[in-house]
Amino acid sequence: MKGDTIAAISTAAGGSGIGIIRVSGSEAISVVDRVYRSKKNRKRIADQDSHTVHYGYIYDGDDPVDEVLVVLMRAPRSFTAEDTVEINCHGGVYAMKKVLDAVIKHGARPAEPGEFTKRAFLNGRLDLSQAEAVMDIIQSENEYALQSSLSQLKGSVFQKIKRLREDILYEIAFIESALDDPENISLDGYPEGLAEKTGNMLKELKDLIVSADNGRLIKEGVQTVILGKPNAGKSSLMNALIGEERAIVTNIAGTTRDTLEETIHFEGITLKLIDTAGIRQSEDMVEKIGVERAKEKAANADLILYVVDSSTQPDENDREILNYLSDKKAVILLNKSDLVQETTEEKIQDFIGKEYPIISISVKENKGIDLLEKKIKEMFYTGNISFNHEIYITNARQKASLIRAEESLKKVQESISFGMPEDFFTIDLMSACEALGEITGETASEDLINEIFGKFCMGK
Amino acid sequence: MGRVEEFIDVAVIGAGHAGCEAALAAARLGMKTVMFTVSVDSIALMPCNPNIGGSSKGHLVREIDALGGEMGKNIDKTFIQSKMLNKSKGPAVHSLRAQADKSDYSRSMRQVLEQTENLIIKQMEVTELLVSEGILTGVKTYSGAVYHCKAAVLCTGTYLKARCIYGDISSYTGPNGLQAANYLTDSLKKNGVELYRFKTGTPARISRKSVDFSKMEEQKGDETIVPFSFTTEPASVQKEQISCWLTYTNEKTHEIIRQNLDRSPLYSGMIEGTGPRYCPSIEDKVVKFADKNRHQVFIEPEGIHTDEMYIGGMSSSLPEDVQIDMYRSVKGLEHAEIVRNAYAIEYDCIDARQLKLSLEFKNIQGLFSAGQFNGSSGYEEAAAQGLIAGINAVQKIKGKLPLILDRSEAYIGVLIDDLVTKENREPYRMMTSRAEYRLLLRQDNADIRLTEKGYEVGLIDNNRYEKLLQKKEAIKKEIERVRKVHIGAGKEIQEYLKVCGSTELKSSVTLAELIRRPELNYEMLSDLDPERPDLPCDIGEQVNIYIKYEGYLQRQLNQVKQFQKLEQKKIPENMNYDEVPSLRIEARQKLKQYQPASIGQASRIAGVSPADISVLLIYLEKNLHL
Repeated sequence: MKGDTIAAISTAAGGSGIGIIRVSGSEAISVVDRVYRSKKNRKRIADQDSHTVHYGYIYDGDDPVDEVLVVLMRAPRSFTAEDTVEINCHGGVYAMKKVLDAVIKHGARPAEPGEFTKRAFLNGRLDLSQAEAVMDIIQSENEYALQSSLSQLKGSVFQKIKRLREDILYEIAFIESALDDPENISLDGYPEGLAEKTGNMLKELKDLIVSADNGRLIKEGVQTVILGKPNAGKSSLMNALIGEERAIVTNIAGTTRDTLEETIHFEGITLKLIDTAGIRQSEDMVEKIGVERAKEKAANADLILYVVDSSTQPDENDREILNYLSDKKAVILLNKSDLVQETTEEKIQDFIGKEYPIISISVKENKGIDLLEKKIKEMFYTGNISFNHEIYITNARQKASLIRAEESLKKVQESISFGMPEDFFTIDLMSACEALGEITGETASEDLINEIFGKFCMGK
Repeated sequence: MGRVEEFIDVAVIGAGHAGCEAALAAARLGMKTVMFTVSVDSIALMPCNPNIGGSSKGHLVREIDALGGEMGKNIDKTFIQSKMLNKSKGPAVHSLRAQADKSDYSRSMRQVLEQTENLIIKQMEVTELLVSEGILTGVKTYSGAVYHCKAAVLCTGTYLKARCIYGDISSYTGPNGLQAANYLTDSLKKNGVELYRFKTGTPARISRKSVDFSKMEEQKGDETIVPFSFTTEPASVQKEQISCWLTYTNEKTHEIIRQNLDRSPLYSGMIEGTGPRYCPSIEDKVVKFADKNRHQVFIEPEGIHTDEMYIGGMSSSLPEDVQIDMYRSVKGLEHAEIVRNAYAIEYDCIDARQLKLSLEFKNIQGLFSAGQFNGSSGYEEAAAQGLIAGINAVQKIKGKLPLILDRSEAYIGVLIDDLVTKENREPYRMMTSRAEYRLLLRQDNADIRLTEKGYEVGLIDNNRYEKLLQKKEAIKKEIERVRKVHIGAGKEIQEYLKVCGSTELKSSVTLAELIRRPELNYEMLSDLDPERPDLPCDIGEQVNIYIKYEGYLQRQLNQVKQFQKLEQKKIPENMNYDEVPSLRIEARQKLKQYQPASIGQASRIAGVSPADISVLLIYLEKNLHL
């Protein structure tokens, strides 16, 4: 374990204009040299003195990724007391993610939660009195990572990986059943079938890995939920924000029957806009479900845009919405400023009883939208709103797991074509299963025994 | 009062497969040992199937033998048929299985016990454990006799509060109608031991003369018989074998079962114990795998001197009349006469997480336990634990470290680690899929893996140990030689390869490279290898496996290195988990309750996360520096 090289984004995404990718371990310098090019492409980080800064570019193969400053800290004079290289790149999430991808592709592995701190401690870099803090960091980062790895994974992707893993587990269970009860279950002709099945699984894995490269495995951006009563103007706001001049990156239709999601980019910020059903007391089942969904979305939101119909008085439905805001970051939008104002800024402020930025807008007349964008930008770059910065390292870990699963399945195919006995197939099938289990949070050992007994009738 | 009072070293409670190994190990290591049983006539009884070995169980028997246990030697003396299973698969899953002559097996083991010095057999039920301040001091029998001892091994099998059931008939007896042990449970409970209730079952036995074998497929033994024990001369076990017979259930059988399910105690709720999924009753098979229109039935002789046949695959607890209809619906059994009815049996056993890896109770010093009492099932699993518990009882008395095999060293290690670390909701059976490093834990190399440990403990004599060292040296030398022998692409050689179904050589290669070809092996290539020394075939086998699967073996060896790093990080016995900050509550509870011996073991406890393990590592590291 000690000595292998780890990498992670070590600044909060969106919090600043600069992002730092930290690489630590015995191979840190050579890993970075594989992706770094100075202006004239003559410099090697390996030849440089400790604690020096170098200008250049990060390349992934022949493709430039970002313009960077590289800081070299040789062991033991670094945070982890190992050779450490920090790559300062542009703070946009895309740049950071690409730089991280590049170093992982070239020999680093994604850091475990709290791993830099753990190494710092185990290498004697931190004081004994700091041990408790280290343990806290590991636990809390781990909780966070667990949460984010599941919550950030798209539902469809999660299901796909889960199913793949189940398919692999089934094959292992079949082979094991036959090995355990050979007089009952035969493996004649089985390897040919398995070769075909693993071929199909490899295709699926390939697609997933490509998706990971494009960031399509995970839900990206600031989760921005638009809340309000029916007819407050939520959908119009959504449309106004999407607008013609902005590129629509993805369009997930029918994610749910009642919420609509769009991703927009502006000024280096990615917003995942989520339009929800209007919130009101209702006996209608479909509408009730819609309200439930809106509530869930609000609970997971990084930012809430609360649209108030200023031409009406706040009522019990608005009271309900206030519950959803709870401790979330939110902007209050007094829509329909073109009509007679029943609800003023003061009035809504009194009603809410808590400080939120309030902006008067008229979606219909396209007034105030620019103020909203300015506000969001301001909140983002002051770090007032941020999104789960673990998600890119999570994505990197998930990708690494997918690649491991892919490699293992390739080895299964090799074993088949080499005519190895069937019990050898399960070694690499098991590794593939475990790699996918790291993503879905499932462990294999008991699952396998259950699968064997559940699916195959054995025993005398 | 005139009560008997004696002073001994080790008390072994039970004389089944666990009890026999435990008592023999203790006595052979010089301890004054008493083995208690409810019936001396039932020593080493095989109350269920008439086989020793089988997939992964064969591995266990080999390991028991390599450590100096008795099971392998005893079955070599008393088998009536032998088969190596999975011969067409990889060497890791080759498994030896023998049909035993049950009464011979039992008698022969009894003889060994009787002839062992320091060992006394007593027909007496132990009813009470004498424990003082958490230390075992003796055992008390039904007659009131007190045996003061330094250690005891509980091997009560399925006898504790046993109940046998079929249909609506139930009797409070152990297997085969033997007397149950009804008192010890209370004594255990009084001493804070937590008990489960497990269930298992056995099929009917029928009379050979009532079976029509012409309607069945004959199942013969192997032509060349491989003995279980590394000490048995292969030539000595080549003998005439008795056949088993294969037939199948059919739709009619299944219909009879389905129609009478309401009369099955399993389905009526009369049985509360948890049964094993790998050994389902025929009722279970028919219900759970409704799409299968037939199930295999093996008709196996119970011995040479008996007419009884075992109906493998059809254990049941249906009522007597249904059993008769059901068995008679099977092809070849139309006129079957039942000698003994099938039945289910329920018994008390423990949650083995109360034990250390040495099989000693965490809360009662000097008390060890083994076998079905620990929640396992099977003769071989029982014997393996019995041997380890017996050895460790002695190690304890001698003030030595216990013999603990880890998961990378032996199936026995996997078995015990699983039992004492994981939650076990059904009788535990060994399976090769439970062993992470099974390529290394083969039945063919059990002696190389374990005999040295048996020697260190004192169960293996100098002579056998010397032979092992010579064998290891010979294997090493031959591997080196094979790597250096070059085979040229001459005409004769190309011809020979063609005959073997292999492709021609383009240029010269080493012998090792040829051995790696799937269609070739070490043995086949002897003609191309004139310099080959004259070696016994077990050495050739090792060389072949090592060369052929080297890449895979190396990979597992690397994994083992990673695994052992965490196993070697020991956790102090008096560890106070309340003092470790940042452990999650669930992890803290589990760790407190089960007190794992190492970080590795801790990582296998359900509810302990990798982050908790990191936290523990850091805590231990910190304390090391203080």
